[in-house]
Amino acid sequence: MSTDTAIAINRFGLGQRRDEAVPADPKRWLVDQFAAFEPRPAFLASVPTSAAMAAQFHDYTLRIRDALGGDKAPPALAAVPPMTAGPGAAAPPPPKSAQMEVRQELRRGYRDSYVSLVSGRIAAAVASPTPFPERLTHFWANHFAVSADKLATIGLAGTLEFEAIRPHLFGSFADLLLAVERHPAMLLYLDQAQSIGPASMIGQRAAGRPNAKRKVGLNENLAREIMELHTLGVGSGYTQADVQELARGLTGWSVGGFVRRPIGIEAPDGAFVFQTGWHEPGARTLLGVRYADNGVGRGEAMLRALAVHPATAHHVATKLARHFVADTPPPALVERLAAVHLTTGGNLTAMYRALIDAPEAWTTPLTKFKTPWDWTISSLRGVGMRSAPDIKTVGALTALGQPVWRPGSPAGWDDIAASWAAPDALLRRVEVAQRIAAVVGDRLDARTLGPQIMPGVWSASTAAAVAKADSPAQGLAMLLVAPEFLRR
Amino acid sequence: MDITRRSLIGKAALTGVFALTPRLVFAAAPTDQRFVFVILCGAMDGMAVVMPVGDPAYAGLRGALAHPAGDPVKLDTTFALHPAMARTAAMYQAKEALFIHAVASPYRERSHFDAQNVLETGGTAAYSLKDGWLNRLVTALPAGREPAIAIAATVPMALRGTAPVTSYAPSALPEANDDLLQRINGLYEHDPLLHPLWAEAMDARTLAQGGDAGEANPAGLGKLAAQFLSKPNGPRIAVIELLGWDTHAQQAGRLANQLRQLDAVLGALKDGMGPDWNKTVVLAATEFGRTAAVNGTGGTDHGTGGAAILAGGAVAGGRVVADWPGLGNGALYEGRDLKPTTDLRGVMLGVSAATFGVDPARLGPALFPGAHVAPVGGLVRS
Repeated sequence: MSTDTAIAINRFGLGQRRDEAVPADPKRWLVDQFAAFEPRPAFLASVPTSAAMAAQFHDYTLRIRDALGGDKAPPALAAVPPMTAGPGAAAPPPPKSAQMEVRQELRRGYRDSYVSLVSGRIAAAVASPTPFPERLTHFWANHFAVSADKLATIGLAGTLEFEAIRPHLFGSFADLLLAVERHPAMLLYLDQAQSIGPASMIGQRAAGRPNAKRKVGLNENLAREIMELHTLGVGSGYTQADVQELARGLTGWSVGGFVRRPIGIEAPDGAFVFQTGWHEPGARTLLGVRYADNGVGRGEAMLRALAVHPATAHHVATKLARHFVADTPPPALVERLAAVHLTTGGNLTAMYRALIDAPEAWTTPLTKFKTPWDWTISSLRGVGMRSAPDIKTVGALTALGQPVWRPGSPAGWDDIAASWAAPDALLRRVEVAQRIAAVVGDRLDARTLGPQIMPGVWSASTAAAVAKADSPAQGLAMLLVAPEFLRR
Repeated sequence: MDITRRSLIGKAALTGVFALTPRLVFAAAPTDQRFVFVILCGAMDGMAVVMPVGDPAYAGLRGALAHPAGDPVKLDTTFALHPAMARTAAMYQAKEALFIHAVASPYRERSHFDAQNVLETGGTAAYSLKDGWLNRLVTALPAGREPAIAIAATVPMALRGTAPVTSYAPSALPEANDDLLQRINGLYEHDPLLHPLWAEAMDARTLAQGGDAGEANPAGLGKLAAQFLSKPNGPRIAVIELLGWDTHAQQAGRLANQLRQLDAVLGALKDGMGPDWNKTVVLAATEFGRTAAVNGTGGTDHGTGGAAILAGGAVAGGRVVADWPGLGNGALYEGRDLKPTTDLRGVMLGVSAATFGVDPARLGPALFPGAHVAPVGGLVRS
C-alpha cells in the first residue's frame, strides 16, 4: 500500500473508518469530496441554532431586568444607556439572589445546548464520508475561534461553525470572513455588539449626560482581532490607528434581540442588525485607503479589502501549510499558496487544490502530531462508531486538554506538536484509549484492524507489540496510542 | 455502541465537561528554595487590583470601576487592594506579600499573544527566543543531584527548553492499568519524541502517588502544586497558568471572580507548603496592563503598565514597590495607559537571584540574553 493512501486518510482526512473501503486513488478521493460535502448533514439537522440561543439570552436579559426592578439595562448590553432611569439616578440595590437564580438557569440551559452542539460536531466528524472538508471546517473554526467561556458564548460558539463556516467552506475567503464577523457569536464574543461611536447619535446623547452610571463608547476588541488573527496577522505593519479606524468603521454592527427603540433598531433575536444610531459618522482611513461613510457597506468594504491583502494571503497560507504539512511550514509552499490566494482573489477551493497538488504534503514519515480532537475522532472512526457520542466523549476532550470550542482565547488552539506532545497528555490518551477499548475491545482484533485502518504506516514493531497483548482490549488500546496512530 | 443521545446527556456528567483546565508545570532544581510563577493570561487590570486611590486622577478615569463591591484594603497612602483578595491582604499584613506597580515587560504593543511570548521567553521581542526564561533559570542553577523533573497536561512556553521538564495535571479519567503502561513503554522505545515524554510521565506518576490527586479548580491546583513542591525530592519550580483576565466588558464582576480564584491559589499554596512556605516565593505576573480609563462597555482595553504580585514566606513584604508615574494629564503612556517605570525582567531577575542565592550579574545574561537588565533588589529576604 502506498504512503499516499496513508497521507490522504490521515493528514487530509480524519482517519480511516473501520467499515469503509480504503480510497483507491488518494488525490481523486480528496478532490471528489468538494462536491460531496454536506454543509448540514443529518447529525447537525436538529442542533440548536444561534437564533434559538440568542432568544434564550434575550429572555434571560428581560428576566434579569424584572429581577432588578424593571429599570435597568440588560447585562448583555449594559453599555446601552438605561431607557427610563434619569441621569445619575441612584439605583436601588439589586436583589442578588433572584438575579443569580435566573443566571444559573440560563447557564444550565446553555450547557445542555453546548453538549448537543459538541455531540453533533463529533457525530458528524466520526460518520463523515467527506473527512477532508470536515477537517477544513475544524481548521477554520479554530482560525476564527470563539471560546465558549463567556456566558453569552457558551450556547453560541458552536453555531458559528455550523452557520457561518460550513456553508462558506468553498467560496471566497472574503465571503467566509464576512459571514463570520457578522455572526452573533463573534459579535458578542469580541464585544462588537455593544460598540458605540462617540460621535454617533446615541454616543452624543450619552455624552450629554456625563453623570450617567454607565458610559457608552467604542470597543476595539473585534477590530484588533480581525487584523491580528483573522486577516493580516500580527506584525504585518498595521498600526494602533488602523485598529481604531476599523473599530469606528464597524460601529453599529450588532445583534438583534437586545435593545428597544429609541436606543436602537429592533431586530429578530440573533439576527445581524446595523444600528445606524450607533454608527460613527465620517470618512475612515484604513491602511492608507480612505473609505467614505456609507453605513454598513463601509465596514464590509474594509473587510473585503483586508481579505485580499497580501499580508492576509501570507498569513492564511502559513496557517494552512502548518496544518497540512509541517509545524514549520516550507517557505516555498507558503509562497505558492499565498500566490494562489492573491491571483484568485482568495478562492478557497483553489487554495485547497493547491494543497493537494503540493509535493511537500505527500512526504513521509507522518510528522504532524495529532491534536486531542484529531486523535479522538480518528479513534472513534477506527473502531467503527456510528451513533451519537457518549457524554463521556465530550468530557474526554476536556480531560485530554482540548475542550471543543473552548481554546480560552480568540487565537484558537496551537497547531504544533510542542503544544500537544507532553508527558501528561500522553498518559491521558492512554487512559481514554483503555476506556474505548473496554467498550469495543472484545469485538475487534487489533492485529487485523491495525493494517486495515493504517495502510502504509502500520509498523512491524507495533504489530509485534500488539500481538503480545494479554487481551484483545489491551491490544486495541495499544493500537490507539501506537506512535503511527498518534501522527498524521 | 448503539447509544442514543438522550441517555447520555445526563446533567451530572456535565461537571467534567466544564471542569476548569488551568495548567500546572514543574521543574526540579538543585535547591531547597521554591519558586512558583503564576501567569495571568489575558492581561490583568493592575489598576483595579492595586488601586491607586490616592492619585487625584484615578476616580475620574475609572468611573464605576473605582468602586468595587466590598471594602478595599488600604495598603499605604496611595494604594488599596481589591476587596476580593482577602487571603492576599492577610499575607500583606503579615509582611509575606508585596505588590509591584507600574511594571511591564519590554513589549510595547498590544497583542496578547506576542506579549505572552515576551513574558514567557524573557526576550526583548516576540519570538526572538525559542525557550522559556524559567527553563534557562533551571539550567543556570548549580548542577543538581538529579535530573529536573516535571509534572501538567502541556508545557507552557516559560518552561520550554533544554532542561527536561515534565507535566502533571489532575485527571478525571480512570487510571490506566500498570501492565498496559509497561507495554506502552516498549511501544515507544524507538520513538525519539515519545520515549522521553513517556519516561517523564511515568516519573511524575510515581511522584504523585501517595497524595490526593488534586482537583481541577484554582484552590485544588494550588494544593496540588504545594503537594509536589513540598516533597523532599520533589520539583522546586512550578508554573501555574490562570486564564480569563481579558476584561473588555462588564469588568467589575468578572475581575472580582478572577481575583477570588487567584487569591484561592495563593492561599492554597501557603496552606499546602506548611513550614516550607518560609522558603517559597510566588510571582504572579501578566502580559501587560489595561487602559487607564474605563471603556464604553464597563471594561478596559489592552494597555501597558500593570501590577505584579509577590507572595511567600521568603518575601520581604508589606509594601507596594512603585515609582508611581501618576495618572494626570500628560503622565499616561501614549495618552491612554499607565506608564511603566519598572522593568518586569528586573523583578524576575532580582527575585530569582535572591531566592536561589545566585549572583544577579552572572544570572542576568543567562535569563535575558542580549539585554542589560538591572535586578530589582530587596524583594526577597536574604
